[in-house]
Amino acid sequence: MRATSNIIAYLQAAPLMAVLATFLIAPIFMIVIVSFWGATEFSIYPAFQFDNYAFLFGSPVTYKVFFATFKYAFITWVFTLTIGFTVAYFLAFHVRTQTMQTALFLLCTIPFLTSNIIRMISWIPFLGRNGIANQALISWGIIDEPLEWLLYSDFSVILAFVHLYTLFMVVPIFNTMMRIDRSFIEAAYDNGASGLQTLWHVIIPLTKPGIMIGTIFVVTLVMGDFITVRFMSGSQKANVGRLISNDISLLQYPSAAATAVVLLVTVLLVIGILLRFVNIRKEL
Amino acid sequence: MSKMRYSRRSILKSGAAAAASTLAAPMVWAQEIKDIKLRQFGTGVSNLNDVATKVKEDLGFTLEMTALDSDSVTQRAATQPDSFDIADIEYWICKKVWPTGNLQAMDASKITNYDKIAGTFRSGKLTPESVIAQGTAPHTVGFVEGPDSTAFATEESGWMTLIPTIYNADTLGIRPDLINRPIESWAELLNPEFKGKASILDISSIGIMDMAMVCEAMGEISYGDKGNMTKEEIDKTFAIFTAAKEAGQFRAFWKSFDESVNLMASGEVVIQSMWSPAITAVKSRGVPCVYQPLKEGYRSWGGGLGLSASLSGMELEAAYEYINWYLSGWVGGYLMRQGYYSAVPETSKNFMSENEWGYWYEGKEATDVITSPTGDQLAVAGDVRDGGSFTERMGSVVCWNSVMDENQYMVRKWNEFIAS
Repeated sequence: MRATSNIIAYLQAAPLMAVLATFLIAPIFMIVIVSFWGATEFSIYPAFQFDNYAFLFGSPVTYKVFFATFKYAFITWVFTLTIGFTVAYFLAFHVRTQTMQTALFLLCTIPFLTSNIIRMISWIPFLGRNGIANQALISWGIIDEPLEWLLYSDFSVILAFVHLYTLFMVVPIFNTMMRIDRSFIEAAYDNGASGLQTLWHVIIPLTKPGIMIGTIFVVTLVMGDFITVRFMSGSQKANVGRLISNDISLLQYPSAAATAVVLLVTVLLVIGILLRFVNIRKEL
Repeated sequence: MSKMRYSRRSILKSGAAAAASTLAAPMVWAQEIKDIKLRQFGTGVSNLNDVATKVKEDLGFTLEMTALDSDSVTQRAATQPDSFDIADIEYWICKKVWPTGNLQAMDASKITNYDKIAGTFRSGKLTPESVIAQGTAPHTVGFVEGPDSTAFATEESGWMTLIPTIYNADTLGIRPDLINRPIESWAELLNPEFKGKASILDISSIGIMDMAMVCEAMGEISYGDKGNMTKEEIDKTFAIFTAAKEAGQFRAFWKSFDESVNLMASGEVVIQSMWSPAITAVKSRGVPCVYQPLKEGYRSWGGGLGLSASLSGMELEAAYEYINWYLSGWVGGYLMRQGYYSAVPETSKNFMSENEWGYWYEGKEATDVITSPTGDQLAVAGDVRDGGSFTERMGSVVCWNSVMDENQYMVRKWNEFIAS
């Protein structure tokens, strides 16, 4: 009896397993294998060598680029969290009617109806040397010379990241906040807690799983990105994704695979550390 | 399956033999030719739908075109020989791809206009006095010893690897209205005066040559051969450019044609590596832009059509007919009106007005409005082409786009430079 139910359970899990094995595990496995291969100018050949890793870890540029990747991830995280939390808090606790909440929430998603490449590229004419931002500042008399660092700089890269990914913070945080039992907040007030105290001791702890899910979204998206960095920095800055995409365009697939493996391990480590802090399964 | 194919091929072969004997009257196989389809792939510059349409009209068969970027073109020619009949590739790509045996040599005696092909592609000399430029000069990889040879011949052997189709001399593009002084040297790209207003293209095989032109013009490095640098020369070149990048010399790097146009038109950049049609695109927005001739000379590139090794029988005959048609003038005229050059300039003359020929080829003042093949106005009466005539421009070429022995090392250093 027991054996049959076991088999049935396995059979039920089998389709999902098959899908994951084919589309997730097998490709990653292939990438790991290829990372040990060799490459000529226009082909790759099977081998088992550590050249790609040796070159990767032997170049000071690699460390610089990994540092830049973490820097982008961290700064973007700080801004998306602050903005995302504030927006979610406003939606969840200040907007009274559910209709209004839904309406405002949908309003937040409107920019996401266009492709993120377009949202990103539209910053370029705005921030450019002769762009609207510089012209406005000059005509208001705030500056005399156009600000060069507005575009093709770390500033523009992070600005685009924050713009692109804040919604990924808003959604999970809003979702968790909506589930907080309102009687907790009432109880806090009844016990004489100030607004800030309620926020710090009641709402934030209860919102942690949402914050963590948002954090995972933002951190993985930023760490895996290459196109935002390429366009917003005018190819002047690099993160690990750019390193991989450059390799691919130069047909250096094994080297790209090795970098991808290192990036994958790094991101998994970061997520592993994040999950130590909060049990998100409680939330799901 | 393969047997079927074989028998079909052999029938075609015998058919072609019959056709070949009566080549003077191609009408004999006019019926069959309608069913022929040639698959051509190459970079965007010459893969033009207008050409395919005209082929159908003039020759009767179908030409199917695929446009890819130069890295993908190289990869496809090297690894997927059965996926194409005609490869439209650059000469430096040919150097990489020919040793794989995926292309077959062409019999020069079957090329009607062979004698009229520009000297650059045959002896390497445009005029008898010309000095041969560094890099992968087309004539060095343009011929092989015989039909099955994989070694390049040193002189005209009668067996060609590629039939030259389109080429040009590249230089720096500038915004004269924002620079306000004459620019004469490649060294100006790294002049601190243009700090934060310069750009270079992020395509390694072309970018490295522009870098070499700059370093040599600055007097920092004297290369043995810019087209085949040693590791030390590569290191020195990147050291100079990395230092400039860290000092904020570059506003951006560009990878696609459109990016270079936008950088220039918006004034983000006032001096940069550029391609001829991009200059045209900036000008057509009403922004002044000059393809500045420089005293050190031009960096040049050239492309040509190669035949797949698997092409045989009637399809091969059709391919020769296509190539002969290609050199007979219509395409040449079309390309010349875009600012490129045709391998057989003389035949293009019949397909251009006197004004167009004078402006594009002879470097004369335009006597009337000059328009592109698609109808955009490019110049008005009195304008002169930047750099002058064909012989002035192509005669001042000092290096060709190339692939070096140390290519792989260079590519890795390039990636580091971009990421640094």
